[in-house]
Amino acid sequence: MPKLTIDGLEVEVEEGTTLLEAIRFLGIEVPTLCHNEGLTPYGACRLCIVEIGKPPRSQIVTSCTYPAVDGLVVRSNSERVMNHRKLIIELMIATVPSSKTIQDLAAKFGVTQCRFTPENKECIHCGLCVRMCSEQMMAGAIDFAQRGKDMVITTPFDKTSEVCRLCGGCMYICPCCELRCQGPDAETTVCSGCLNLEAPCLDTYDDKMCFLDPCAACELSGPFRSDKQKKTEAKTSQTNN
Amino acid sequence: MKAQRTHILVCTGTGCVSAGAFDIMEAFQKEIKKHGLEDEIDVVPTGCNGFCENGPLALFEPDGIFYQRLKVQDIPFLVEEHCLKGRPVPILMYVPHREKLPIPAMKNIDFFKYQKLVALRNRGRINPEKIEDYIAFDGYIGLAKALTEMTPDEIIEEVSKSGLRGRGGAGFPTGRKWQICQEQPRTPKYIICNADEGDPGAFMDRSVLEADPHAVIEGMTIGARAIGAEKGFVYVRTEYPLAVERMKKAIKAAEDMGLLGEDILGTGFNFKLSVVRGAGAFVCGEESALIRSVEGKVGRPRQRPPFPAQKGLWGKPTNINNVETWVNVPQIIRKGSEWFASLGTENSKGTKIFSLVGKIVNTGLVEVPMGIKIRDVVFGIGGGILGDRKFKAIQTGGPSGGCLPEELLDLPIDFQSLQSVGSMMGSGGLIVMDEKTCMVDVARYFTNFLAEESCGKCFTCRKGLERMLEILTNICEGRGKEGDVELLTELGLMVKETSMCGLGQTAANPTLSTIRYFRNEYDAHIRDKTCPAGFCKGIITYSILEEKCVGCGACKRVCPAKAVLGDKKEPHKINGEACIKCGACVEACKFDAINVG
Repeated sequence: MPKLTIDGLEVEVEEGTTLLEAIRFLGIEVPTLCHNEGLTPYGACRLCIVEIGKPPRSQIVTSCTYPAVDGLVVRSNSERVMNHRKLIIELMIATVPSSKTIQDLAAKFGVTQCRFTPENKECIHCGLCVRMCSEQMMAGAIDFAQRGKDMVITTPFDKTSEVCRLCGGCMYICPCCELRCQGPDAETTVCSGCLNLEAPCLDTYDDKMCFLDPCAACELSGPFRSDKQKKTEAKTSQTNN
Repeated sequence: MKAQRTHILVCTGTGCVSAGAFDIMEAFQKEIKKHGLEDEIDVVPTGCNGFCENGPLALFEPDGIFYQRLKVQDIPFLVEEHCLKGRPVPILMYVPHREKLPIPAMKNIDFFKYQKLVALRNRGRINPEKIEDYIAFDGYIGLAKALTEMTPDEIIEEVSKSGLRGRGGAGFPTGRKWQICQEQPRTPKYIICNADEGDPGAFMDRSVLEADPHAVIEGMTIGARAIGAEKGFVYVRTEYPLAVERMKKAIKAAEDMGLLGEDILGTGFNFKLSVVRGAGAFVCGEESALIRSVEGKVGRPRQRPPFPAQKGLWGKPTNINNVETWVNVPQIIRKGSEWFASLGTENSKGTKIFSLVGKIVNTGLVEVPMGIKIRDVVFGIGGGILGDRKFKAIQTGGPSGGCLPEELLDLPIDFQSLQSVGSMMGSGGLIVMDEKTCMVDVARYFTNFLAEESCGKCFTCRKGLERMLEILTNICEGRGKEGDVELLTELGLMVKETSMCGLGQTAANPTLSTIRYFRNEYDAHIRDKTCPAGFCKGIITYSILEEKCVGCGACKRVCPAKAVLGDKKEPHKINGEACIKCGACVEACKFDAINVG
């Protein structure tokens, strides 16, 4: 059983565990986009990067694909890692500004600016749909074509695939096209709506029929905060009184 | 075979072949037949001499006289003069740049004089398609020694002691790599020769395969014996048809002689080798992508660990080495590790092949000992910069290497030194740039190449390079703004540190190194909107200096866009809107009256 140190905490995990699983086991949060527990690790989005080894000889690797090896020293939120993560999120937002998942990530990691011209694309090539299609739906109807900046996800020869059953698994799992929300301030690339922690939609829409997962703002202060939160709030207000 | 008086060694590397070497060979044979000299003179096709720029080449042995830039019509005269009358022909000999007297002997030419041939020892000397030639020059002795006198552990120890490091770029110690693969309990094991040379302007692997395919076979067989593999693959680019053909012929010849295949040299050891052709993706030179390509899948790297030595081809332990690494092995076994370790520096042993290209007098393929100074390669072997221009930078290590300035000319070429200054050894490309090369444009060019060749799996490599290219193009076209260089540095560092494979991890080197050493050029583009090298067409303007212009009209006559206005004997003017910035007027003006900036 490999023993490793993660953010100063020692942990023993089973053979064959990935670093990401070990880190999450400790309750430490690591953002991911291309990772899903039901699919094989792929390592495309690079958000789950962690620093392994001791500086200055430390190395940055993706935790979702790196095995938990005995004696490894891992730092999941070092300054170097955070700087890179922020820039990756900034690049992602410039690619797909309309994705709520990515906007939420930006809000969470304090990415408030986008120095790149927005592309308004609909895909970050995380490969979730490809793996979903082949591993869970057993269809293998879509895959990557081309390479580098021309890479696209498509059916063979761009024609309607015979093996596609229109199950919608690819759309269900997509972090870009499943949830679309750019908040009420859709003109800017980084919406930052959730950053003020007051649900921004409330002023704009009277009817609170939001069909999305709650944004960071709603979760913390809006009407969609969880029951547990409400209870704690009630408690604190009682003690204050 | 009868002993012959003279051998005419005609270079038949790809460079010379495209310049007509096969026609030259035919002409030689025809002339020799005409004079009835078939019994006295033999014409031998050889591998690349490395002096491709001056091809087609022929070397007359044993006189050692070297002829270059041959044409079919020269041959009758040459054969008559040299072979019949015994008078060498100076007019076909090599004349050094800025000099008048030709140099007859190959060994006296600067380009060849300073080289130390180890991996390329048989170049220009043997017929690569004849196994007998290779054997005559001590070929397959190393294999015999490894199979009959040494145990696999001893072979690995010998290679480890020699200090040989992988020549493909990263410089991983070869002995240790073999050891890791040997220790794996699972079988079968595979070995692969990586000859997927995708760098623009690099042709080391191609030349080795074309000049000495048997050395690769011998090296791989020794490696297979050490590791315990019974099957090997040579992964060559389809763009190298001659190399593929010669390799296949060599495999056939070795199998016929019992030097490859089953029961090699009667020792009971089996090793099969086959050629796999790559489809021309740069990223397939990366080992995990190469493995997938051999398996018949899309060449896209995967995260390591597990390393190929643990889990490689079809999930089995696999050892991959570069062509140049493999050809060094037979000689290490034959001559011993001490001999090899005596060459080079403390941490980088042996020699290294470089393809020397760019704005330099002698371009071509050179093999030099490790630790040689960059200056000696550029000005000694290379003969200095073309024309009257000044040296500006040299890029080492192919498209993802760094650009080093003049101050670092005295840097020794070895793995550590190059890495410490932000470049790398890479596979061995050396591109020399002169003062008319714009460094921002160089960074843009290589970033463009890498962005196109990136497999696209890692978000950071794909998008990061794409955005870097966008910013660099903006700077080159005069749309750069303050903060761009900082953003480029930030992006470059991110691409370098967070990408999965070697392509991404080194892809930012051209940009980062040019920012490090040529920051002033970036600033000139961004702040002053000028290109100091006068290269970036989006920024530069052409104007005529009135005080220098005599109104001769030379520029007016050559201008294809009719942008030069003015009457005779009056100072001319350039109409900026019509000017297409071709630079024809600068070449035509004899009074230096045209200002570019």
